[in-house]
Amino acid sequence: MTDIAITLTVNGVVRQVEVPGRRLLSDCLRHDLGLTGTHVGCEHGVCGCCTVLLDGEPVRSCLTFAVTVDGHDITTVEGLAAPDGAMSPVQRAFAECHGLQCGFCTPGFLCTVTALLRDNPSPTGEEVLEGISGNLCRCTGYQNIVKSVHRAAEIMAEET
Amino acid sequence: MKPAPFEYHAPRSLGEALDALAEAGADGKVLAGGQSLIPMLNMRLAAPAHLIDINRLTELATLDVEPGGVRVGALARHAQVERSEPVAAAQPLLRQALRLVAHPVIRNRGTVVGSLVHADPAAELPAVLALLGGSVRLARRGATRDVTAAAFFTGPMESATGPGELAVSALFPLLPARSGTAFREVARRHGDYALAGIAALVSLDDDLRITVARVACVSVGPVPVLVDVTEVCGHRPPASAGWDAAARAVQDRIEPEADIHASAGYRRHLIGVLAEQALRDAARAALDA
Repeated sequence: MTDIAITLTVNGVVRQVEVPGRRLLSDCLRHDLGLTGTHVGCEHGVCGCCTVLLDGEPVRSCLTFAVTVDGHDITTVEGLAAPDGAMSPVQRAFAECHGLQCGFCTPGFLCTVTALLRDNPSPTGEEVLEGISGNLCRCTGYQNIVKSVHRAAEIMAEET
Repeated sequence: MKPAPFEYHAPRSLGEALDALAEAGADGKVLAGGQSLIPMLNMRLAAPAHLIDINRLTELATLDVEPGGVRVGALARHAQVERSEPVAAAQPLLRQALRLVAHPVIRNRGTVVGSLVHADPAAELPAVLALLGGSVRLARRGATRDVTAAAFFTGPMESATGPGELAVSALFPLLPARSGTAFREVARRHGDYALAGIAALVSLDDDLRITVARVACVSVGPVPVLVDVTEVCGHRPPASAGWDAAARAVQDRIEPEADIHASAGYRRHLIGVLAEQALRDAARAALDA
């Protein structure tokens, strides 16, 4: 059960790390690479807190082994802002509409919604609900989060 | 919750994967999408000594519409199959069912063939394969065999895939002419496992009378429960078919169990309602076909 050397491009930076085969990508990001923005909730794929972008597509980092994605691109919540630190439209919308709340589920929502709006810049109400249905928030009834997604779509439309 | 240690194998070709599986024997497990397997590893419901990760075998990420049906390779993700227009045109039931499989993020990673091998009686894709009379192609070192859906699902979470075997693809046959399909289910929350679900297929003849009507039931037996209700519906046009009698016939054929989510009686009730709705939907689609 020797450790395996892998190379990940995380938020545009090439990172090399040695991990056991059983290291979950969520733990690799948090513990091996120090990127604690990715949160770990249920660790069996239900809550969506650990969602990151793998080659641009949202995936559960707790249901992915780090060794499986050797050589691939990962974007975590730390990588959503512009290089100069300016928040992305999705991040600004969540702040503006109070979609953050306690913040625990936020990294997963931000990654999921970033990909959702990239693929569908003007989603219907139903498409928003379907898009975020795999992310759980335990604070409230999701109203502010849904508002944030629509607001992010507006901001993106205004800025293009 | 962390997986127990295992020996990790990252084969670069199908041959390497089959060699690793042959050596691992009953201690080996295949990792594709991992959306069902990794939760089981995290919760230590499974602790294989060898994990054979086939994610580098891009030769298995295939999706082909063949004369005999839609052939889905072992690495084709749910999302890839769901989004394919040629697949939706050739076999619409796949997209109808895939939209009900978990959540979009899970579908980015999970694989169709993996769902079949996982053989969860509450899952949608085993019911689709059973309803369409499809098959799964299993490879081992030096041999390949095709197993029909009827023989493939052997029990809850059990398939005919033996030690040392890798499910390389599945074939979902095309529909006959003038046929329609539908998938209906009831879940507490969209994307959760269904309390009950129905996949339905209806075919019509040139005079638009029913020639085939059958359903596959989800979550009400150890494996997908296939029920042919052609005779009960009567060889009549859909508008005058005995859909309620067909629904009762389906209810009579199932033996649902109670659990924390629903009583057996409630599941039987749901199956009746869903069977009638799904058969009507499928008949409407057949009229439009």
